[in-house]
Amino acid sequence: MNNNPLNMIQKFDPEDFLPASNEEKQSLVVMRESVSFWKDGLRRLLKNKIAMTSLVVIVIIMIFSFIVPSFYPYSYSQQIKGANNLGIMEYSEEEQAQIDAGEKVFPHILGTDKLGRDYAIRVMMGSRISIMVGLIAAVIILVIGSLMGSLAAFFGGWVDMLIMRIVDIIYTIPEILLIVLISFAIKSPLENLSKVPGFGWIQVVGANLISIFIVFALLYWVGMARMVRSQILTLRESEYVTAARALGASNGRIIKKHLLTNCIGTLIVTTTLQIPSSIFTESFLSFLGLGVAVPMPSLGSLASDAINGLNTYPHLLFIPAALISLIILSFNLLGDGLRDAFDPKMKN
Amino acid sequence: MGKYICKRLGMALVTVFVVATLTFFLMNMVPGGPFMSEKAVSPKAQAALEAKYGLDKPLFQQYLTYMKDALHGDFGDSLKQRGRTVSSIIATKFPVSARLGGLSVLVAFCIGVPLGCISALNRGKLTDNIIIVVATCGIAVPSFVICTVLMYTFSVKLGWLPSLGLTTWKHYILPVTALAFYPTAYITRLMRSSMLDVMGQDYMRTARAKGVNQFFVLFKHALRNAVLPVVTYLGPLLAYTVTGSFIVEKIFTIPGLGGEFIGSITNRDYTVIMGTTIFLATLMVFMNVVVDIVYKIIDPRIKLK
Repeated sequence: MNNNPLNMIQKFDPEDFLPASNEEKQSLVVMRESVSFWKDGLRRLLKNKIAMTSLVVIVIIMIFSFIVPSFYPYSYSQQIKGANNLGIMEYSEEEQAQIDAGEKVFPHILGTDKLGRDYAIRVMMGSRISIMVGLIAAVIILVIGSLMGSLAAFFGGWVDMLIMRIVDIIYTIPEILLIVLISFAIKSPLENLSKVPGFGWIQVVGANLISIFIVFALLYWVGMARMVRSQILTLRESEYVTAARALGASNGRIIKKHLLTNCIGTLIVTTTLQIPSSIFTESFLSFLGLGVAVPMPSLGSLASDAINGLNTYPHLLFIPAALISLIILSFNLLGDGLRDAFDPKMKN
Repeated sequence: MGKYICKRLGMALVTVFVVATLTFFLMNMVPGGPFMSEKAVSPKAQAALEAKYGLDKPLFQQYLTYMKDALHGDFGDSLKQRGRTVSSIIATKFPVSARLGGLSVLVAFCIGVPLGCISALNRGKLTDNIIIVVATCGIAVPSFVICTVLMYTFSVKLGWLPSLGLTTWKHYILPVTALAFYPTAYITRLMRSSMLDVMGQDYMRTARAKGVNQFFVLFKHALRNAVLPVVTYLGPLLAYTVTGSFIVEKIFTIPGLGGEFIGSITNRDYTVIMGTTIFLATLMVFMNVVVDIVYKIIDPRIKLK
């Protein structure tokens, strides 16, 4: 009996089965604080030099376009007499006389345009419009897209079917044709609406700008909706959700800790990358004359206006052109950085 | 395969129909009619003109008539360019745009694919970094910026190339460069990442291990697989080329279809708007179907759904 190799019971020491002492338990305690999803992502983002540089550039541009204009000595629509088509840092004769008389005149850092408006403030206002369009459009798309996507994923069945067919059709529609048409078509109804009391704010924002937002809201949510739907569908079935459920986690905890955290990275990244593409489209529309209404400038319309004077005043074109490229580039790079930090699975 | 193609073609037809319907009603929402801006037209003559083109009928009846004619291949006469049918306008304008677009797609492929390969093969080296920086910047620059910078440098300052029109081969250089810029940058990035992906695959190691010539490994195994994602980009690329042509044709005053589309909207030339929209939409939608089918033929791993 004792020679039976299968009889292992005698090899065990009863001491092995005693409860662990406190000292032994200590070795299993994790000393390091557990890193949360946000901390981990933020740490990766802070390490990414390119993304941080782009963030700094965006912040600087935002300061110049949102804060500086409020105390800038010129306004974007103010026409200064005799100061038409000044070059960079030039003064009009009148202003020169004032300077000679000992008065202080704020310099036209970027010169003036053909109507005598200070170009620096126009460029700042232009970038304000471009950035606003990018941000607001991204939010609109985020809200509509994630709502439709999650509706489709949660309810399934005919709701899913209907939403996805609409998405398919919008996806294949050449959107640029419709954007041009829609922005033409809803321009004047909006202008009429702005005369109705209570809708005066439309005039402040500008009918064209609103029509751009409507176009984005109508056509651009489909990409986001597809993404959210597929995310939720796969996440719901993933093993860690099953595991969490098996361990007795409540639905609320599963949604908060597992579904949302895994989805939110993708949402942040997609939304951030939507910003430059909206700015791109806005500048394209403004360039074709469908963007913001005069005298409000946008970077696209500034560039478009400057084309006719390209021979003599090239800086009027190159400044907004360079700025819009810089804004789009920074948002692109920041979006890439965010993707690497918060959604490493998407990195290819 | 046949079922898949039928399904996709059916979807494409539905899309074109939806676009046509939307366009028709949107265009009639735009205030002002085609004959309102002309000063010399008396109300009586205007009414007569509207009656002649059937614009006095109820909107829905106009829609039915238009769709019936369009299905028979008759897109009507231009309301603004007297004596020209929409079909003849498209027939004269489209070849110009097609040549421009086709050339720029070709240029984008011929430069983007090799650049992407070079970049991937020199991963982490100076060449790679330079190419990536240029390509990343290239994606961020809107087409009108490229157009104007090119025009300013090469025709205004240096005077080497003509800036307007499209008559000699020299006229093609600037617009084609402007139109090809973004896709080239995009294809370069796409090609680089897919090449890096392919080079890490097992069959590459196997090929090297069994002593296949380096040249064949690169061209037969790597390139042929890496170029597949670029093929899928052909659909969006076509859409981009059409969009870009609006801008490029405006800046370089090229008599193409893109300029015609924008012009027809500002002129309220209803039949031309409808004709060009249907034409461009059909082109883009069906090209996408063709690209998808071609992609599935050249890459059998893709399952038909």
